[in-house]
Amino acid sequence: MSKQLKQLGDDIWKNQVEKINSELFTLTYGSVVAQLCKDLDNNYDQVNNELYKMGYNIGVRLIDEFLQKTQLSRCTNMHETAEVVSKIGFKIFLNITPTVSHWTADNKSFGLILVENPLADFVELPNTEARKKLWYSNVLCGVLKGCLEMVQLDCDVSFLQDSLKGDENTEIRVKLNKILKDEIPAGEE
Amino acid sequence: MSTPSNSKLMLTGAGYNPVIGPGSTADSTNSLPKQTASQRSVSQLSSPSSLLRLASTSSERKLNSFGAHASIYDRNLHRGMHEISLSSMSFLFMEVIRMSLNGSESLLQMERKLNNLGYRVGLRLLELVSLRENFNNNLASSGKSNTAQRHVRVLEILQFVKESIWPCMFGKEADNLEKSVQNENQYMIIDSDPILSRYICVPKEYEGLDCESFVAGIVEGLLDISYFRCEVTAHSAPLEGYPNRTVYLVDFDSSIISREERLSKK
Repeated sequence: MSKQLKQLGDDIWKNQVEKINSELFTLTYGSVVAQLCKDLDNNYDQVNNELYKMGYNIGVRLIDEFLQKTQLSRCTNMHETAEVVSKIGFKIFLNITPTVSHWTADNKSFGLILVENPLADFVELPNTEARKKLWYSNVLCGVLKGCLEMVQLDCDVSFLQDSLKGDENTEIRVKLNKILKDEIPAGEE
Repeated sequence: MSTPSNSKLMLTGAGYNPVIGPGSTADSTNSLPKQTASQRSVSQLSSPSSLLRLASTSSERKLNSFGAHASIYDRNLHRGMHEISLSSMSFLFMEVIRMSLNGSESLLQMERKLNNLGYRVGLRLLELVSLRENFNNNLASSGKSNTAQRHVRVLEILQFVKESIWPCMFGKEADNLEKSVQNENQYMIIDSDPILSRYICVPKEYEGLDCESFVAGIVEGLLDISYFRCEVTAHSAPLEGYPNRTVYLVDFDSSIISREERLSKK
């Protein structure tokens, strides 16, 4: 299963994706974070929130492209979801494949370990409050939240650790709260 | 456009200040007083040894697997190019635009914000691309180890933007470089199909908004920091078959033009 997904992710990346050098992306994101820190007076909790919101906005749109390119049907369990997120989602948008790990016993919560992080290239956090409080790549959590919500998975997504802060790894935790019911949008039959 | 752009303030703002070095992104109250005068004078030089010393002062907190101090300066700039999907960039740019729209009272103010965001990208991009380029030049000219180049002429630096900066950002050269007929201090960089605007459709009520102001900001940032004081603005100039064709108008400060004349006489 996992191998097939990897193959699919690689194929889509190779044939269907228009590619661009990641450096402009990295620097642009850096500029955005710096601007937010300035606008919000170095209130890093607010900066984290704002990044999360930006990610959410991206996520709810990005899922359309994801579904169109992959033509995948519904996942049967969270293990499958995790593999799809890592081997296809991250692959076709950021060209990285995080490792899925640290499952909890109830199979509802897993970790994504990012060995590479294109957002954080060239980044060093200053040795101030920013290092303690800022989740620099928080936009990724928002994106995951938005995407998963659009496929009826209500999840909590947050960073557990970040190598920018001196942690050993960069890890995003995804925890399933509940599966949302398929509802018909208001005004449509 | 007549007043000096407030993007110049960025140089002393919260962003990275290349003159100060890695400490510059810290809270200014904390980081600036700590730096001694000698450190600062070191960081203004850009010889390799000073870079090394900078790297070592900035990284006293973390050890890498070899037990040495690890920082971003230890990483090689010559790794394989990492590519990402253009969609990711477009999605991010979408949020950049939304962020600039928030709280802006006029389109002009919004374009100014986009320009500011780009300005900071330009400062860093110049450092990255010229370090790389000079390194490659040195490799090519075996024996001569010191052929690092700095562009001092207007045409040279504009060529550099067209032929080196553009490929790094967009994977292609800019399509054309033109000199204005009416004003001798104006030059134009032309891109027939700007990548960032490809998936953008400006609604009617925002007519006249040019999201490429962001790229104009990048160009302005990198020209400013190379001592070519200028203002750069983006103007949409569609041609048949190229609906998004954009002209980046570079308006050099008059001091640059007189310097150029002086250099020509020699």
